Amino acid sequence: MSELDRIRWQCRRGLLELDLILNRFLEREFETLPAGQLALFKELLGEADTLLLAWVMGQEEAPERYMPMIRKLQVL
Amino acid sequence: MGISTRQFDAVVVGAGGSGLRAALQLAEANLRVAVLSKVFPTRSHTVAAQGGVSASLGNEEPDNWHWHMYDTVKGSDYLGDQDAIEFMCRKANEAVIELEHYGMPFDRLDNGKIYQRPFGGHTSNYGERAVKRACAAADRTGHAMLHTLYQRNVRAKTQFFVEWMALDLIRNQAGDVLGVVAMEMETGEVTILHAKATLLATGGAGRIYAASTNAFINTGDGLGMAARAGIPLEDMEFWQFHPTGVAGAGVLITEGVRGEGGFLLNKNGERFMERYAPTVKDLASRDVVSRAMATEIKEGRGAGKDSDHILLKLDHLGADVIDKRLPGIREIAIKFANVDPAKDPIPVVPTCHYMMGGIPTNMHGQVLAGHNGGAIVKGLYAAGECACVSVHGANRLGTNSLLDLLVFGKASGEQVVKDLASDALAYQDLPKDAADLSLSRLARLDSAKSGEDVAEVGAEMRRTMQLHCGVFRFPDGLAEGVRRMQEVGKRAGSLYVKDKSKVFNTARVEALELENLVEVAMSTMVSANARQESRGAHDRSDFPDRNDAQWMKHTFWYKENDRLEYRPVNLKPLTVESFEPKARVY
Repeated sequence: MSELDRIRWQCRRGLLELDLILNRFLEREFETLPAGQLALFKELLGEADTLLLAWVMGQEEAPERYMPMIRKLQVL
Repeated sequence: MGISTRQFDAVVVGAGGSGLRAALQLAEANLRVAVLSKVFPTRSHTVAAQGGVSASLGNEEPDNWHWHMYDTVKGSDYLGDQDAIEFMCRKANEAVIELEHYGMPFDRLDNGKIYQRPFGGHTSNYGERAVKRACAAADRTGHAMLHTLYQRNVRAKTQFFVEWMALDLIRNQAGDVLGVVAMEMETGEVTILHAKATLLATGGAGRIYAASTNAFINTGDGLGMAARAGIPLEDMEFWQFHPTGVAGAGVLITEGVRGEGGFLLNKNGERFMERYAPTVKDLASRDVVSRAMATEIKEGRGAGKDSDHILLKLDHLGADVIDKRLPGIREIAIKFANVDPAKDPIPVVPTCHYMMGGIPTNMHGQVLAGHNGGAIVKGLYAAGECACVSVHGANRLGTNSLLDLLVFGKASGEQVVKDLASDALAYQDLPKDAADLSLSRLARLDSAKSGEDVAEVGAEMRRTMQLHCGVFRFPDGLAEGVRRMQEVGKRAGSLYVKDKSKVFNTARVEALELENLVEVAMSTMVSANARQESRGAHDRSDFPDRNDAQWMKHTFWYKENDRLEYRPVNLKPLTVESFEPKARVY
């Protein structure tokens, strides 16, 4: 449980855009995320805000391994 | 007292641009410095600064610091202190070049010099025409600055306490500050950080408003800590509303859009800024643009089915220019406004963006003890958005915020180094009750079996501020706003969180943050209600004009009994003639 709470906190970002996107994700998808994808999500949160936003916005190409998670964030 | 204590020469609270710049000064002087941050440093809100940092480098066309100073004084609507403004504008070139030497990837001209672009309110020859003064790293200036400063701090062996939240200042009988009480989020445990010098760099607090460009972390923690410790807050009625937040979302559309040739339209397709600012039009300073937009909306010329927003047109620039000069803007508009600006205009509204007020300091970052004279709070410093030096006065010019945090982050760091070297500061014995305030706040939250819902009280605060203390202010609205905020304040005194766990308890953190926000909101409403004039970002329907005879003074709000005091603006620069107040037209 504590690990999930840590991940929740790490959805707090420097950019409002990401706060909004990640909050939508926490509300709609996070609880039911499979364990494998949770690890990926956690890794994704370690990336820089501007990069993460650019990926979600489709401005820059995300590394292939992140794509399943990026696609989830894009459709929110 | 049963809680652990750690000692540092200096504790910096906040790891955005100003905190990192200050910490760097301290660490490079070989001091033991601890930097506390709620989030990883490079995820501080400085990352959101897109447009640039101003400096009169003159790389593109003639420019000098005195023109920059004039623009800043005028932009502040003559509420900025002219000594501090001179200091900042004179230090600008050095601050930018220093950053360049640290490895900051500024955009460059073909000749290798730093590229500069025009920005609202910045002019050549004392208002003659727009000047290219903003230095940028594409639209990621803040990001590049944070990464540059963070790397430099790592090299200098600054010690970071990441995912720590400072709760309260420790003051002794004499009023000196001896450090902070802080909570490590991972464990929920409380630690005393005992320091010779404490520097607040907690950034803004725009989350007091319903329409805000600020990230969720911007909860004014340093201001709440100061207010609870009996330190006044200065000029809190002055909040900049960015003209162009995406309607309904708050997401910022950079002013660079207008710098590159975008402009605003009302519902009739009229380019209305031509009426309000005939010379610089859409490049007028932010409050002038916000007021014009609000006027258009108020007079029924807003766009959309509810006539409640303005249209930002940039399709005439063409998709190529938009993509090249304004990367990201298209995607942001598509994601948050559901329009492609290469085809259709973006719906925008004035949205809370920046806090001009804050913890009162002198130009060396030393926190002022009160409104009278220059007495300081020994051991306490503040820099960046949480501080009020005051260089922005009643209205900040775009790109002066990054300059502020560089110049005053460094200046406050230098002052700490100086004070420590001269033995003006040393470890003082901690009072027995050092942690009591924080512990009692936490104990109340932990033991409460019922009470007010954090989300509900927060929403009520944001609604109240937006409705009663927004970009336009009405006398009955303000008076009613004070009453409502007093009610919100009472409710915030009995917050209840269901989750009593210790580890990464976000609900508990949010309750503590809300207590800080409420201090900020209260000080804003009370200060705004009292100021019977319109100046810069403070715009009242019943007092539409600036009143220099009575109101050329800074507001000082004290938490105890919501007391207000005033302090005259310093009109005397350091070395040059004063800029006398004039009507502010562009």
